[in-house]
Amino acid sequence: MMEDLNISVLIALVIYFVGVFLVGVYAMKYVSRARTLDCGTGFIDEFFISGRDLNGFVLAMTMVATYLSAGSFIGGPGTAYTQGLGWVFLAMTQMPTGYFTLSVLGKKFAIVARKINAVTITDFIRERYRSKSLVIIVSLSIIFFFIAAMAAQWIGAARLLQGSIGLPYVTALAIFAITVIIYTTVGGFRAVVLTDTLQGVIMTISTIILFAAAVKAGGGITNIVRSMKEINPGLITPYGIQEGFMTKAYVTSFWILVGFAIVGLPSVSVRAMSYKDTRSLHRGIKYGTVISMVLLLLMHLVGAFSTPLVTGIESGDLVIPTLTVSLFPGWIAGLILAGPLAAVMSTVDSQLLVVVGAIVNDLYGNYIKPNDRDNTKKISKVSFISTLAVGVIIFIVALDPPDLMVWLNLYANAGLISTFLWPVLLGLYWKRANKEGALASMIVGIGSYILFSYKWPRPLGMHAIVLPLILSLIAFIIVAKMTKKPPKEIIETFWGI
Amino acid sequence: MKEMDKEKGISKEDFIEDPRYKQCNKEAIYACILGVINVIWWYAWGYGLGSKPVSEYKYLMGFPDWFFMSSVLGAILFTLLTFLMIDKLFKHMPLEKMNEEEAKKYIEELK
Repeated sequence: MMEDLNISVLIALVIYFVGVFLVGVYAMKYVSRARTLDCGTGFIDEFFISGRDLNGFVLAMTMVATYLSAGSFIGGPGTAYTQGLGWVFLAMTQMPTGYFTLSVLGKKFAIVARKINAVTITDFIRERYRSKSLVIIVSLSIIFFFIAAMAAQWIGAARLLQGSIGLPYVTALAIFAITVIIYTTVGGFRAVVLTDTLQGVIMTISTIILFAAAVKAGGGITNIVRSMKEINPGLITPYGIQEGFMTKAYVTSFWILVGFAIVGLPSVSVRAMSYKDTRSLHRGIKYGTVISMVLLLLMHLVGAFSTPLVTGIESGDLVIPTLTVSLFPGWIAGLILAGPLAAVMSTVDSQLLVVVGAIVNDLYGNYIKPNDRDNTKKISKVSFISTLAVGVIIFIVALDPPDLMVWLNLYANAGLISTFLWPVLLGLYWKRANKEGALASMIVGIGSYILFSYKWPRPLGMHAIVLPLILSLIAFIIVAKMTKKPPKEIIETFWGI
Repeated sequence: MKEMDKEKGISKEDFIEDPRYKQCNKEAIYACILGVINVIWWYAWGYGLGSKPVSEYKYLMGFPDWFFMSSVLGAILFTLLTFLMIDKLFKHMPLEKMNEEEAKKYIEELK
């Protein structure tokens, strides 16, 4: 196997991995400082939310890097490669995430989080609804769905390493897993957002270079579009090449799935409580919108433009690595391929931290051993062990990889969105929202989603997520109206001064 | 979601509502409006021009017109509109917990 290794690509990637490690070590200083502090929850605040001090640029980068995943860098361009411009058109439904999430949760979410000292989304849910069963459902949903989502992402990363440098799949997976687990464990949220920033910059640069090179290799946009039309006219329509796959209703429903409902993803929304002040927020929204526009548009266009450039690959997932290696000399290819790898890493590190947060802060710290929450030594040990354990579980899941990671990834995201979207949004903006309503919306949301994805994959022609979201909103409102108002002290905590 | 209070910062309940929320609620609504316009722009251009037979497509900067208008120009336009929304409609405010005095001072400043 060793002869197949592409040494110069490997060197570039090794440099990148070392850079990520160094960031983790830098953030570790803050974590160890917080650990030595005597005052109560300093460790938890630092480890899960870095003491709420993100500036605009870091906020934008970590936000975009978290919601743009392997799907946007490998799977998405891979599908654009087979379906053409229609899939790029579909990908643009994710652009509003850049402004939408941060504006809708907005300043109110940040203010409330400070009032109740929330460091995870579950903290918010617990304080707002005061229901043990709700917190347990939420935590389990985070653990279950995120492990599925992360497994899909890790598979993508391992495939990428396998495809570009010829490492065996298991070795590639192990290298990736160890890197992410180590820097997340030692550096916590600060390591995650700083590596996200580094990775966001790398993603942006490599996307722009790759796009320019692809356009040049194809002889200009006009030329490429003409060749695409010759290969199959469907490639330059919004409907793709397969009859009945990219219908209007289906493609438009992605606005809900990847555009607006991303508000419900805990790994994304937790960032909306971690910025320093409104200046950071305003800048974060602006930078985030620009970056997500550039990344989404150009990366998917690279995929679509590859149709005439790359032939004879077995799976769409391989188009970006194959194109990169064919257009660039080894070490530059390595630096560019660090882009998608960075996209994956920056998504899974946040997810890993959310899962560890669910285990340590939400379950262990609240129900199993509430007294340990202030015991920094104990809680940091528990954090370390659970990060490691979760990492090993994902590794095992990822060892047996299914082919289309886009779908696997979307499945997990949809489950999380059905769990969190309404309890978070209505909890924030509707005084009447109570625990019975929240519980009803979660049960109806997840239940109908799972049912639909088996029995009725495209209800009314839309993606399976849309109808469950509407049903769970209705369930929330009806049940909340039928049951008692939330206690007055909750309303005063959240709405009072 | 639309349960906002009509009176200035003070609700019908017997506690003082956080005076910052009024502006927060407005900002959330602006973002929703921008989002809806974004969908309409994307849908109208994308499917309006894209549903014609391929032979009738026109090309802008090399792209089919439906794609250029909905996805390229649309992306740039809505980025600019986001900047405009932030600069013209969003307001700065403290995020920390307020006590009664700070809240009153803040309400005064708003006037």
